Amino acid sequence: MKVTIDGQSIEVEPGTTILQAARMIGGELVPPAMCYYSKLKGSGGKCRCCLVEVSKGSDADPRPMPKLVASCVTGCMDGMEVNSKSSERVEEARKSVTEFLLINHPLDCPVCDQAGECDLQNLSFEHGKSKTRFIEEKRTFEPEDIGPYIQLHMNRCILCQRCVQVADQLTDNRVHGVMDRGDHANISTCISKAIDNEFSGNMIDVCPVGALTDKTFRFKSRVWFNKPYNAHRDCDKCCGKTTVWMFGNEIQRVTGRKDEYHEVEEFICNTCRFDKKDVNDWVIEGPRKFEKDSVINQNNYTRKIEKVVIETEEHILEGREQDRKKISMPDFPLDSNPKRV
Amino acid sequence: MGRKILLDKINIPGIKTYEVYRQNGGYASVEKALKQMTPDEVTEEVKTSGIRGRGGAGFPVGMKWSFIDKKSGNPRHLVCNADESEPGTFKDRYLMEYIPHLLIEGMITSSYALGANLSYIYIRGEYMWVYKILERAIAEAKAAGWLGKNILGSGYDLDLYVQVGGGAYICGEETALIESLEGKRGNPRIKPPFPAVKGLWQNPTVVNNVESISAVPWIVMNTGAEYAKIGIERSTGTKLISASGHIKNPGVYEIELGVSVEEFINSDEYCGGMIDDRPLKALVPGGSSVPILPAHLIYKTAAGTDRLMTYESLSDGGFATGSMLGSGGFIVYNDTTCIVRNTWNFSRFYHHESCGQCTPCREGTGWLEKILWRIENGQGREEDIELLWSIQSKIEGNTICPLGDAASWPVAAAIRHFKEEFEYHIRFPEKIKNRDHFVAEPFDKVRHLVAKQTV
Repeated sequence: MKVTIDGQSIEVEPGTTILQAARMIGGELVPPAMCYYSKLKGSGGKCRCCLVEVSKGSDADPRPMPKLVASCVTGCMDGMEVNSKSSERVEEARKSVTEFLLINHPLDCPVCDQAGECDLQNLSFEHGKSKTRFIEEKRTFEPEDIGPYIQLHMNRCILCQRCVQVADQLTDNRVHGVMDRGDHANISTCISKAIDNEFSGNMIDVCPVGALTDKTFRFKSRVWFNKPYNAHRDCDKCCGKTTVWMFGNEIQRVTGRKDEYHEVEEFICNTCRFDKKDVNDWVIEGPRKFEKDSVINQNNYTRKIEKVVIETEEHILEGREQDRKKISMPDFPLDSNPKRV
Repeated sequence: MGRKILLDKINIPGIKTYEVYRQNGGYASVEKALKQMTPDEVTEEVKTSGIRGRGGAGFPVGMKWSFIDKKSGNPRHLVCNADESEPGTFKDRYLMEYIPHLLIEGMITSSYALGANLSYIYIRGEYMWVYKILERAIAEAKAAGWLGKNILGSGYDLDLYVQVGGGAYICGEETALIESLEGKRGNPRIKPPFPAVKGLWQNPTVVNNVESISAVPWIVMNTGAEYAKIGIERSTGTKLISASGHIKNPGVYEIELGVSVEEFINSDEYCGGMIDDRPLKALVPGGSSVPILPAHLIYKTAAGTDRLMTYESLSDGGFATGSMLGSGGFIVYNDTTCIVRNTWNFSRFYHHESCGQCTPCREGTGWLEKILWRIENGQGREEDIELLWSIQSKIEGNTICPLGDAASWPVAAAIRHFKEEFEYHIRFPEKIKNRDHFVAEPFDKVRHLVAKQTV
């Protein structure tokens, strides 16, 4: 079957979706996807970021589709013509979906562990506005503890439901899911259970935003200060092929190996992810490359880096000890209860 | 008097019970269908009748039936959508409460036509007493041999169950209804595949409204051609209208499609005119999701022809000057109504009932509601009207199911036809703070305040 997307044609197998065909072509025309995950069955169709315009249904029925369709769940037809980036309507729709996703998003990127590898950041970089039209209070949720390894920030969630599908398809006995509805729909456990399945850590990898992050990596580093390496170990539970994120000689984080669409190549187990933080546990294969524009490359170690010498440091620190003595007080002033300390 | 098909026998004492219903010609259509007709012949009659889905979308029932996948050999299901939750609509409740056997008779005949051996009535949780009535009626029908194995010795088996939902508006969307019936969270499915191919438990399924199914017995008994004679053009047959608002006689009325709106509102047979001497201001002809009509477009279309109670005439002029028949939730407003508050109220409903699955509806409905709430409370900004318009246009058409459209249409129509009222709320917050603004002072008297002035 032949499909044409933004003027580029490709031959695909029957049953291929438009998004898959677009990814085969690659480049600018690939629609962004926040909820679709090729490795998870039944994902997609929810975020509406990947809307495309079908200007010709097929050779047999050349009528255009009246509405924009979600490319991740719409199958290709022979002779189909699709407009993705070339259509103004599509660009407009993506802009509006981005705006909708951001109105209730806390925008706390400066303190978010996902920042730098966040799909929503990428989406808003491309389609977002720098202004907001939303002046109301954002909706918030009570924090919930879902176990020792995974940190849930419900305020950041965009309800792609990938984590629910991971729990359904990779683990048995799913203990979390979507509660409530509308803009108060939230990911939660039933009821206040800990998520401790051996493969539950993959929820972190599939989460497109910072709603599910690694507690063992929490506030340790910004992702672009880490150096990602491909590494592997002999694991009896999973493939053992991971990316380790190093800071000096310390492994700060272990994740699955993510491709250019931020989908992991293979899912890994919690032992590899959370417990093996020693360099001796791993066989390091070599640096992991990221797409050119990724902020992770800011700290690109494949390039030769000059050692930075800060000469002013000594001058700045001079006299600091004296200052501290001057402004600090030995006791609490006006304290009637000297035993307080 | 218009012809009565559904409510013909509603006033017979005891029609709720099986004996009385049977004595008055009940279940005759089952006898006729099972003994004298093939399933395809029944479908053909329904097709000829031209009856359109009474749930709101108006899709021809016969055509829907003919789409059902019979080739796969998978068991087929008929599901009756009794999850009537559209604000302003209460016709199905009336039908099920007062003449429950009519629906059951329709279910048996329709299931036979579709070759379904397992059928369901999905009823909303708030209709608990109606559920009990239906359960009793099904038990009676079963005891009399109309349900179960080998009905009337024809070799046709049918099991019919009533399932109570949790009371979510979204479960009235057919795929969400199917999900809920399967015991899952009531989220609409992504189409295709359509229920006619993969519905309940991945089997071919037809989902029909209570009123559509209840009309089937009459069509079988009197032929589809006879049914098609009632009504005008493509709007055939009769329709139940749930009339409410500022009218003398609110209630459920059965009309022949083609009655003029003017007659429906003013005739003593139906609504009986306005409730008092305050003039008509606006009309929502088909439940809260359809666009609201301003006074000058109610009796006449923009083209100057009479506005009739038909699918075509009510939508004449598109969304610019028309509306829709929808589910028949006919809400009449007099000039004490504040359209802003009414729109906010509808928006609040959709905000509350959005399932939260897809982004535009989940985030957009809440946003609409918050802005309307601000305007209604005198904290609106001049740019909010434009913002509302922009948000609704971004929700519409970009969602998985029609709830997004339903949430944006009333807002769009209110701004289109009553923009001045929004401006009035924004510019004169002092005047609206007591909430009696249009009762004390109809909008026509203050219209000049927001009129454009050229100096």
